Amino acid sequence: MCLCIPARILSVDGSFATAEVGGLIVNTGIHLVDGVKTGDYVLIHSGFAIQILSPEEADETFSLLREIESYSGEEPVKTNEP
Amino acid sequence: MNRVDELVAMIRCENRSPVRFMEVCGGHTLAINQLGIRSLLPDKISLLSGPGCPVCVTGTGYIDSALRIASNPEVILTTFGDLIRVPGSEGSLETGRASGMDVRLVLSPLHALQIARQEPGRQVVFLGIGFETTAPGVAAVIRMARSEKRDNFFVLSAHKVMPPAMDALTSRGIRLDGFICPGHVSTITGSAIYKSLARDRHIPCVISGFEAADILETILLLLRQVNQGTASVEIQYTRAVRPEGNPRALQLMEEVFYRRDDWWRGLGIIPASGLGIRDEFRAQDAEYLFGRVTMQGTEPAGCACGSVLTGQMTPSECGLFGSVCTPDSPAGACMVSSEGACQSYFRFLQ
Amino acid sequence: MGTSILLAHGSGGGKTRELIRSVFRPFFTDSRLIAATDSAILDGAAGQLAFTTDAFVVDPIFFPGGDIGKLAICGTLNDLAVSGAKPLWMAVSFILEEGFELEDLTTIARSMAATANANNVALVAADTKVVPRGKGDKVFITTTGIGRLLTGLEQVSYGAGIRPGDKVIVSGTVGDHGASIFASRLEQPPATPVLSDCASVLPIMGGLCDLAEHIRFMRDPTRGGTATVLCEITEKQNWGIRLIERSIPVDGKVSGLCRLAGLDPLYLACEGRVICIASPEKGEEVIRRMKTCPAGLNACEIGTITSENPGRVVMETTIGGIRLITMLSGDPLPRIC
Repeated sequence: MCLCIPARILSVDGSFATAEVGGLIVNTGIHLVDGVKTGDYVLIHSGFAIQILSPEEADETFSLLREIESYSGEEPVKTNEP
Repeated sequence: MNRVDELVAMIRCENRSPVRFMEVCGGHTLAINQLGIRSLLPDKISLLSGPGCPVCVTGTGYIDSALRIASNPEVILTTFGDLIRVPGSEGSLETGRASGMDVRLVLSPLHALQIARQEPGRQVVFLGIGFETTAPGVAAVIRMARSEKRDNFFVLSAHKVMPPAMDALTSRGIRLDGFICPGHVSTITGSAIYKSLARDRHIPCVISGFEAADILETILLLLRQVNQGTASVEIQYTRAVRPEGNPRALQLMEEVFYRRDDWWRGLGIIPASGLGIRDEFRAQDAEYLFGRVTMQGTEPAGCACGSVLTGQMTPSECGLFGSVCTPDSPAGACMVSSEGACQSYFRFLQ
Repeated sequence: MGTSILLAHGSGGGKTRELIRSVFRPFFTDSRLIAATDSAILDGAAGQLAFTTDAFVVDPIFFPGGDIGKLAICGTLNDLAVSGAKPLWMAVSFILEEGFELEDLTTIARSMAATANANNVALVAADTKVVPRGKGDKVFITTTGIGRLLTGLEQVSYGAGIRPGDKVIVSGTVGDHGASIFASRLEQPPATPVLSDCASVLPIMGGLCDLAEHIRFMRDPTRGGTATVLCEITEKQNWGIRLIERSIPVDGKVSGLCRLAGLDPLYLACEGRVICIASPEKGEEVIRRMKTCPAGLNACEIGTITSENPGRVVMETTIGGIRLITMLSGDPLPRIC
């Protein structure tokens, strides 16, 4: 699906990679992007990475989101892990 | 002051005369409505929703074909979720499933291929719907199926490409002062596809991201072009869109699909706007096995989806809106899809 | 005894007794069950009673954070609790599919007993039926519960006293259970489990009893989620609700999954949360007390009752825009782009 938050690549295995977004680890196809490596940020759509983002580019999205969160002055939500 | 407030203030300064901007991306329809962007803008700026929702523009004929295919007991129909409630002329995929057809929701064509691997005795048909963001992934899966010599995986393609539809909109006298161009379609295609639109139709085109600041900045850039009298293509979403797009994805699309005429709800037949599966991959083409799909079907009486999709009507101006046609019992596709203008309007704006 | 359910286990005869003895008896130990009479005889409770029933058909039956058994007990417990009642007795009935693994049934029975015991509820009546293979889906469970209404909380289900200025409070992150089930059903579930919030809300309720006169309304947001509960109570009222989107607590994994799949956490079920509407004077105290429980760590105020927009739920978005919250229609669908 059209994921608008950059996902971070944790490992690459052939044409697939595991990526992490907000603590969620998902499998993604990397057939559509060249030279993906661990630590890269990608945009995921319908199970495929469609673009590699540089850390600066990824950070731009995160900072837009962070700005909205900090605007609220709320405490970060505690995870529901035991 | 934060970035959103800053942009809203700048928009108010920049906006002089009434303007109509149209977005053509379901993700933008949803983002604009969920964020409540319209409530922050001056009244003189109208944000219209165009034919950017793949479910909304696909004709009922496609659903009818899908149901016909799924009525074969050996078929497993795999689909993105939004399609499941779209009414065909004799029921939807949801009613088909209730009557015993094997219809399964997937989030990715990769999952559909996985099902085909797990069930070699069945025929898995994936409903290929979506624009240039989705098509390359489907192309990749078709190639994988062929290289695995998987003879039980098929795609029924209803994929379409955006620029011909945008051109058709403007050539029919629908007054638009700018396009908010789709962010992730452009990640694949790059920005050049909008150049002829900007040049020949003199409509500013700005490619937008999906966060609030992205959309607001795009509106600001469009306003500036309107005030300067220019009409060019700009990329607001620079962090994800390169002018050249994603060459690998484009190449895959080109390898597997060819352009063909296609029927769009609200716009009729648009030349070279659809994607058909090339001959070399006919072993994965559901139309080759089950017969060609006629996209255009019967529309429900009184349904104004076509006019809504082309920005000529707001959803509330449709006679069926809110009475006969609601998210619970949708008459037309625009009310079914969570990215459809009518459902968005019903849920977020009334 | 074999390894799976046979039709004979539903016959009422020797095989049924064998099933009860080997699978259920170790866990369901109430004397009234063991007496095996046609009805459990209960000592009368003074005052008004709350009475509820629910069927559980969740798929998959085992999910991160729980199982159908724990869900069946908590679901009915919670319905009683948010009605202002102390749960006392429960009845449970099983519809088992021929071929269902006994080991799985044992796990479920153990889980149900553990949950009931932890919440001081007696399982006093039970029934088992078996349907042929293909006529069920492993196991369906119905639980019915009785509780005694606590003084001062008799009206909390109705929300009759809700007025502008009241605070809308939720006891924790929203949408966890719905997201967990959705993730479990995917052909390729995410590698990190998304945990359901399946739990009893009794500990949370326990801390609120003496604030009864300040609590106008309570409900647990199950099917349809938080948004549906709020829309239901607001309909046709002469007051409205204004939610603040950035105040609504959502777990990071749930949020990520929802963005991936096009779902809205506000419309996904919770199975261990309470929505509470409280007076402005005691709103903060309610939240403080919820936070003293492990399940209430993320309790917070998410909105207020207003005199504007009567009959509607509006939400101030993360950027200060306004949008409407409406009732859920059909099943939440993943979107395509």
